[in-house]
Amino acid sequence: MSTVFDPGAEAARATGAILDDTLHGSSRGIVVDSPPGAGKSTLVVRAALELAAAGHPLMVIAQTNAQVDDLVVRLAEKDPELPVGRLHSSDSDPYDKVLDGLANVTKSAKAADLAGLDVVISTAAKWAHVKNVEPWGHAIVDEAYQMRSDALLAVAGLFERALFVGDPGQLDPFSIVGADQWAGLSYDPSASAVSTLLAHNPELPQHRLPVSWRLPASAAPLVSDAFYPYTPFRSGTDHGDRKLSFGVASDGSGPDRVLDEAAESGWGLLELPARHTPRTDPEAVRAVALVVRRLLDRGGVATSERADEPVPVTADRVAVGTAHRDQAAAVRAALAELGVTGVAVDTANRLQGREFDVTVVLHPLSGRPDATAFHLETGRLCVLASRHRHACVVVCREGVADLLDEHPSTEPVQLGVTVKFPDGWEANHAVLAHLAEHRVRWRP
Amino acid sequence: MSLITTLARLEAVDTGRAQPLATVRHRHLTDRPLVLVPLTTAGEAGAPLGALVGTDREAPRLLAVAQPRDRDLRFAFLAELAEAVLPHIEAYADVVEPAERNETDPATGKKTKVEVELCTDAGQLIVPSRAGVEFVRLLGRSMRFRRTAEDDPDTPYPAPARVPLLGRWLTHYGERARVPGSSLLLAATDLLNRHWATGQSSLEDQHLGALLSWIAPPAGSSGAEAALRAELARDGEGQLLCPPAGPATDPDFDNRLLAPAIERYDRARTALASAEDGLAADARLGELSGAEREIRSLLARVMLPTWDAVWRGLDLLRELPEGARAEDRWTRDRWSFTAHRDRVRSGEPPQPRRDDAVTAAQKLASRETAQAQLEAQEALDDPLVLAGRRLAGEAFLATVTDVEMTYTESKRPSPRPLVTVRTDERPHLSERTKVYRSLEGKPQTAEFVRAEEEPDQDGDVLLVLRILDRMGRGKEPAPGSVPGPGDRIAWTLFEHDQRGGPKLPDPEETPWTHGGPPGADAATRAEQPDPVTSEDLL
Repeated sequence: MSTVFDPGAEAARATGAILDDTLHGSSRGIVVDSPPGAGKSTLVVRAALELAAAGHPLMVIAQTNAQVDDLVVRLAEKDPELPVGRLHSSDSDPYDKVLDGLANVTKSAKAADLAGLDVVISTAAKWAHVKNVEPWGHAIVDEAYQMRSDALLAVAGLFERALFVGDPGQLDPFSIVGADQWAGLSYDPSASAVSTLLAHNPELPQHRLPVSWRLPASAAPLVSDAFYPYTPFRSGTDHGDRKLSFGVASDGSGPDRVLDEAAESGWGLLELPARHTPRTDPEAVRAVALVVRRLLDRGGVATSERADEPVPVTADRVAVGTAHRDQAAAVRAALAELGVTGVAVDTANRLQGREFDVTVVLHPLSGRPDATAFHLETGRLCVLASRHRHACVVVCREGVADLLDEHPSTEPVQLGVTVKFPDGWEANHAVLAHLAEHRVRWRP
Repeated sequence: MSLITTLARLEAVDTGRAQPLATVRHRHLTDRPLVLVPLTTAGEAGAPLGALVGTDREAPRLLAVAQPRDRDLRFAFLAELAEAVLPHIEAYADVVEPAERNETDPATGKKTKVEVELCTDAGQLIVPSRAGVEFVRLLGRSMRFRRTAEDDPDTPYPAPARVPLLGRWLTHYGERARVPGSSLLLAATDLLNRHWATGQSSLEDQHLGALLSWIAPPAGSSGAEAALRAELARDGEGQLLCPPAGPATDPDFDNRLLAPAIERYDRARTALASAEDGLAADARLGELSGAEREIRSLLARVMLPTWDAVWRGLDLLRELPEGARAEDRWTRDRWSFTAHRDRVRSGEPPQPRRDDAVTAAQKLASRETAQAQLEAQEALDDPLVLAGRRLAGEAFLATVTDVEMTYTESKRPSPRPLVTVRTDERPHLSERTKVYRSLEGKPQTAEFVRAEEEPDQDGDVLLVLRILDRMGRGKEPAPGSVPGPGDRIAWTLFEHDQRGGPKLPDPEETPWTHGGPPGADAATRAEQPDPVTSEDLL
C-alpha cells in the first residue's frame, strides 16, 4: 500500500510522542533531534505550556540571551496569563526591552525572586551561578547540541529530569584551547552536552522531528542527504508551494543571472575565477554585496503558504553568511558602500537558529589554499545552507572541488570518540556537486 | 594565522631573515633554567635512550641507556635523572614568602583570607621542542605510579627511591605546560616561534636548527639556505650535521651507528656473563665498558648540537626585555609550583590517570580564561602585538578631539562623558560595542555610540564613545579618569581581565548527566600501580 506523505500528520505524531514521554514518561531525560526549521522552538513552547498546565514548575535553559528573550516572547504570545520569570545577568541592559511590555513576565538577576513562578527562563551561563535552591522537577534544555558538556555539568544539579532539544547537524560547541587530552572520555568537557548525556545514559528515549517547515522542497533533500544521511527528513511544503520572483528583469550581469537561477531552482552558485586570496577576498566580498543589492533593487517578492499575497523580500528577510568575523565585517562595509542597510551579516555561529527568505553565502573554502578542519566542519556548511525559506546563493571561487581532493581529512583518530557522519569533506563535496548544476560563472 | 603574521612571514621570505613578532619577551625566563634534551628509542614508546641535563651550559650531565630494552638500565637512567632534576626543583621549594589566599570555610561557606607560603621562585624546565614536552609528560606518566621497595616490600620490580617522585613532578610540569602563558616547562621552538616569524612552514618551524638558522643565519648566508642546510646537510658518514632536536633520533643514525654499537654492547655483556675465570672476566668487563663508552659518545655527539642550540635560543630571547605582565603570569606558575609542593608534602597520592568530570571541566575553564588573558596581556604589553589586533579590527589608536559631559538620568546622576576620537583605523564597532583602555593598569570601559561622519580625505573618522566606569563615586569624575583633547589612546574591543567561571559542583556531587560521582572503586583503582600481567616482558 502506498501512502501519501502528510507532513502535518507526521510532525504531529512525533510531537505527540515527545509530549507524552515528557509528561508521563519515567526516564530522567528525553532527547529530541530536530533538523533545521523543524519547529523546535514551537515544540519547546508547547512542552513548556503543557508542563506548566500540569502543575510542574519548570526551568528552561537556552544558550544565548537572544534565544531566551525570544522564548519568553513566544510563551507570552501563546499564553499571556502564564507567570514567567526571566532570570538575567547583572550587566547593564541584560534583556530585550520588549520584555518590559509583557505583564506576565517577572525579571530579576536573583533566582530567589523568581521562586514559585510556573516557568523560569535563563541562559546556561546564568543558571550556572544559581546555587542553594530547591531543584526544579522539570527542565527544558534548548539548543542542547550547541551546549558544551561542562556547561551542562554546571547546571545539571538544578533539575531532576529534562527534555533536551537541539539540532545535531549544526556547529558543535568549541573551546579556544586544546582539549585533546580528554578526547574519548565520556564526559569530555569540550564535547556537546548531548553526547555526554547519552554516553552516560544510553537508555534515554530519543525522538526526531521529521519535517522541516523552513526549508523549501528544493533544499530539504540536499540538506537531508548531505548532513543527515542516517536521519532523513522532508520538507513541509512541496515544489510549487513557494515562489520567488522579481519585478525588474535581469540586466544580464552575473549577480542578476545567479538570482534568476536561485529564484527558479532554490540554489545558485556565483563562481568567480580561481585564485588564492586573503580571507577578506575583495572581489568575492563585493560580489556578495552586489547580489544583495540587486536582490533588493529588483523588487523580489516571495509567495509562500504563510500569506495569501506575495510578500516583498525586504532587507530584514535577507542574510549574508560567512565563516569568519572579518569576512562579515568586510561584507558589512561593502554593503554600506552600496547603500544597503538592515541585512543581517554574520558568521555561521551567529546565524544558527535564525531564518530568512533568501541567504547569500560566502563559501568557507572560497579562495583558500588549504582546507583546515575549521573550514571543513560539517556544521558550518550546514548552518549556512539551511537558513533560507526560498533560495540560497553561494559565492565562491572556482577550484574548491580540487582543493577538497588535495586535502582529505587527516584529523587524528581518537580512541573512544564516536566518529561523526558525514565528515565535512564528504558533505562539502555533496553540496558542491549539487551547486554545480546551478552555476553562473562571472568575471567581475 | 593573523594577517600581521602572514605579512611578517612574507617579509621573512623576502629578506631571508626571520622577522620579529614581538618587541618584548612574553614569557618569563628564570636566571637558572634547567635544560633537558631527551632522546627516546625508536619503535619503543617511552623507552628513554639518553639525555643531556643541567643548568650550566658548559657542563651538561650526560645520561645514557646502553640497552634501552633493559628494565634495570632504564630504572638506573630514571634514578639518575631524578638525581639531576629533583635537587633543582627542591632548591626552590623551601625559599618562600608569606602570601594570602582566599579560601572558603567549609563550615560557614564564607570566604576568608588565609596566610600561606608562596615559593619566591620556581624551577623552570626548558626542552628543545614540543615533542620534548610530550616526552616529559610520558616520562611522568611512566614513573608516578611506580612503587619503591619502601612503598611495598613485595613489589616485583621496585623502582629506585626517588623515581615515583620525579614522575609526579614531571606530570605536574607537563600538565602545567598546557596552560596558555605558563612558563614552568617551555619548548625552545615554541618560545622562538612566539617571538619571530620565519619564511618556512610552521611544520619546519618545529625544527630547532632550521628555526635558529632563520633567526640568526650565519654570516653571508640567507635564512632559507641555512635552514635547508640544517635540515638536510650530512657529513661523510651520512650523518646529519644538525641532528633532530629529539626526542626522536634520525633513522640513519639509528641504523648505521647506534644499532651496531648496541649490538657490540650486547655481545660484550653476553661474553662477560659467560666468562669462566676472573682474568677473562676482567678483560671482558673492559670490553663491556668500552662498548658502553662508545654508545655514550655517540649519544653525546647527537645531543650536544641541540643542547647548544637551546642555549643559543635562550640567549636570543634574553636580548628582549621581559613584557610587563609576564611577571604576573609567572606568579601564577609559582602558585601552581607551591600547590604541587604542598600536595607532595601532605602525602597525597599521585595525580590520577584520568581527570574526573569536574576536574576536567575546571581545567578547561581555567585554561580558556588563561588563553583570553594571555592574548589581552600580550597586546597590552607589546605595541607590535597590538598592531596585529588593530589590523584585525580588534583594537584602535585614536586621538581625543572633544569631550562632552553627560550624566545618567537617576536620582544620583553619575558622569557618562561622551568622548569624540579621531582615527584612521577601521575597528569592527557596532552600536553599544564595549571598548576598553588601560587606565593606571586597570581597564576602563566605554561603549561605542556612533560614528560622527564619513571618512575625510585623509581617511580619518570621528567616533563617539561613552565612558562608563572608573570615574569615582561623585557627580564629577575623579581627576584624570576622563581623557582630554589631544590624548592618544589605544582602545581594545577585547576585555583586559577575565571573569572567572561559575563554581562547579564537588566531584562527589557529579550529576547523573555526567555519570554521577566517581565510584569508590574508581578512586582506589587510580592510586594503584599498573597490575603486572604475564605480557609484561620489560
